[in-house]
Amino acid sequence: MADVIRLDGVEKSFVVRAKTGRLRRERRIVRAVDGISFAIERGTIVGYLGPNGAGKSTTVKMLTGILVPSGGRIRVAELDPSRQRIELARRIGVVFGQRSQLWWDLPLGDSFDLLRHIYRVPAERHRANLERFTEVLGLAAFVDTPVRQLSLGQRMRGELTAALLHDPEVVFLDEPTIGLDIVAKAAVREFLAEVNRERGVTVLLTTHDLADIERLCSRLLIVDHGHLIWDGGLDELKRRYGQERTLVVDLEEAAPPLDVPGARVTRVDGPRQWLSFQRDETSAAELTAAVAARARLVDLAIEETQIEEIVRRIYAAGA
Amino acid sequence: MAELRALASIYRRLIGARIRAQLEYRFSAGLQLLGTALLTALDFVAIALIFANVPELGEWDVAEVALLYALATISFAFADLAIGHLDLFPQMIREGTFDQILVRPLPSLFQIVAADFAVRRVGKVLQGIAVLVFALVALDVDWTLGRVLAIPLAIVAGAVIYSAVWIALATVAFWIVDAIEVVNAFTYGGSFLAQYPLGIFARWLQGLVVFVVPLAFVAYFPALYVLGKDDALGLPEALRYASPAVAVATALVAGVVWRNAVGHYRSAGG
Repeated sequence: MADVIRLDGVEKSFVVRAKTGRLRRERRIVRAVDGISFAIERGTIVGYLGPNGAGKSTTVKMLTGILVPSGGRIRVAELDPSRQRIELARRIGVVFGQRSQLWWDLPLGDSFDLLRHIYRVPAERHRANLERFTEVLGLAAFVDTPVRQLSLGQRMRGELTAALLHDPEVVFLDEPTIGLDIVAKAAVREFLAEVNRERGVTVLLTTHDLADIERLCSRLLIVDHGHLIWDGGLDELKRRYGQERTLVVDLEEAAPPLDVPGARVTRVDGPRQWLSFQRDETSAAELTAAVAARARLVDLAIEETQIEEIVRRIYAAGA
Repeated sequence: MAELRALASIYRRLIGARIRAQLEYRFSAGLQLLGTALLTALDFVAIALIFANVPELGEWDVAEVALLYALATISFAFADLAIGHLDLFPQMIREGTFDQILVRPLPSLFQIVAADFAVRRVGKVLQGIAVLVFALVALDVDWTLGRVLAIPLAIVAGAVIYSAVWIALATVAFWIVDAIEVVNAFTYGGSFLAQYPLGIFARWLQGLVVFVVPLAFVAYFPALYVLGKDDALGLPEALRYASPAVAVATALVAGVVWRNAVGHYRSAGG
């Protein structure tokens, strides 16, 4: 069996009670996940994307055994997450970006030691893993520092180590690079790629950062309104929906929308203008030169396509 | 059995880590400990003041009430040490940190119990022991082996009863996150009830703490046994020996309530 994760028609609905009058309350059923099916092969890195509230974290919570699905069938490492929660917990690793699994008041190294006992990892194995992760992530510099004093980037390295020390078969990462600086982001991506290559760990990654996906994911799953709306590679997605980029220019003074070949102005705000262009038709460099020839340029930035935008385009294309 | 031993060893490590963290601030921990001891000492002063005005309270003299008070206080203090941090539980639900507990390979209730151990609360135990010593010196009791053993047994059973009641009450947070004040009314109010002879309370309250929330088994019934007193309520004598059994039963009920509450959380989604 090569699939380490398998979902068949998985559903999750919540009952939401909303006040409609002084005393009256209305019960409404919200389908957060509405019939999702997919399978993930062992040893792959898959990006799980979607706008906020699309059903991403509800799916991850079902896959990790936190939530019980209201319908359908889930298998992770051949286990039923909702019924075999504790057994599954030994075989997966979880990093929820903003929440820590480390002991706040203790030196980072003490957390690793406690986790060794919680997960019952043989001492020899634990030492070997910790040595390797210390080397790759450069933990030695802050392993004796209390967790509350770590920088966000240092803490995230600690979280990743904590999630991987017990040799999990699958790791679920929720926004692992959120809020990190460029150097720390690169370190995290490098580490994940290496763990995947070296140990064959399967990674399910939810992120808003398209650069994470570009660097790591061979396959993308996109959800919206509880449905899977895309399952495929990044290249194809980009070719179909991700060609458009935006150049933001700050001019010396407010000007009428610039007339630049290969681009159209989508927004003007005082001296700032937003120019959309197709990356296969023109390049940012050409465009910048063209703008500079027409007005005095103070500053510029390139906006990558946001996942929300790609989702909008998938819908637009399907309609 | 091997599983229980493994859990006990993990518990020791987790609690040890929490205590180490608190001792990082030795001075502050010491002050807090002293503070709670003094504050709870005032508690007993209140009872002493009552006896300065009346010789008996519901046919209990000051030494007898001291024993009752000591049993109730020490049990409560141990429960408070072990699971007093349960008052942070609604916050865990609200902030989603309870999810973190569900992805670890340990029972959820075990993790909640092992999450903290507040050293400063040791002060309350010390104060209870001081009152116990006073009671033992002042009492005129015909000590038998049974009566001597009854005291530590009552303390352990009492701590288990308190803990079980708190755990069952804390599950309210799975449904109503901000219910902690209601829960506190029961827990701290409950500790007050157990410190006084049952005979002085209203009938309905007596029924409540004997049959529903069994706080009468924390101190009142064991104290009746040790002192060889008559029960103001006229209940069967067997109840005086029942505290350990009641403790086991309450713990089982709390376990079932917890299981159901977590089941609700996992299907309703926090």
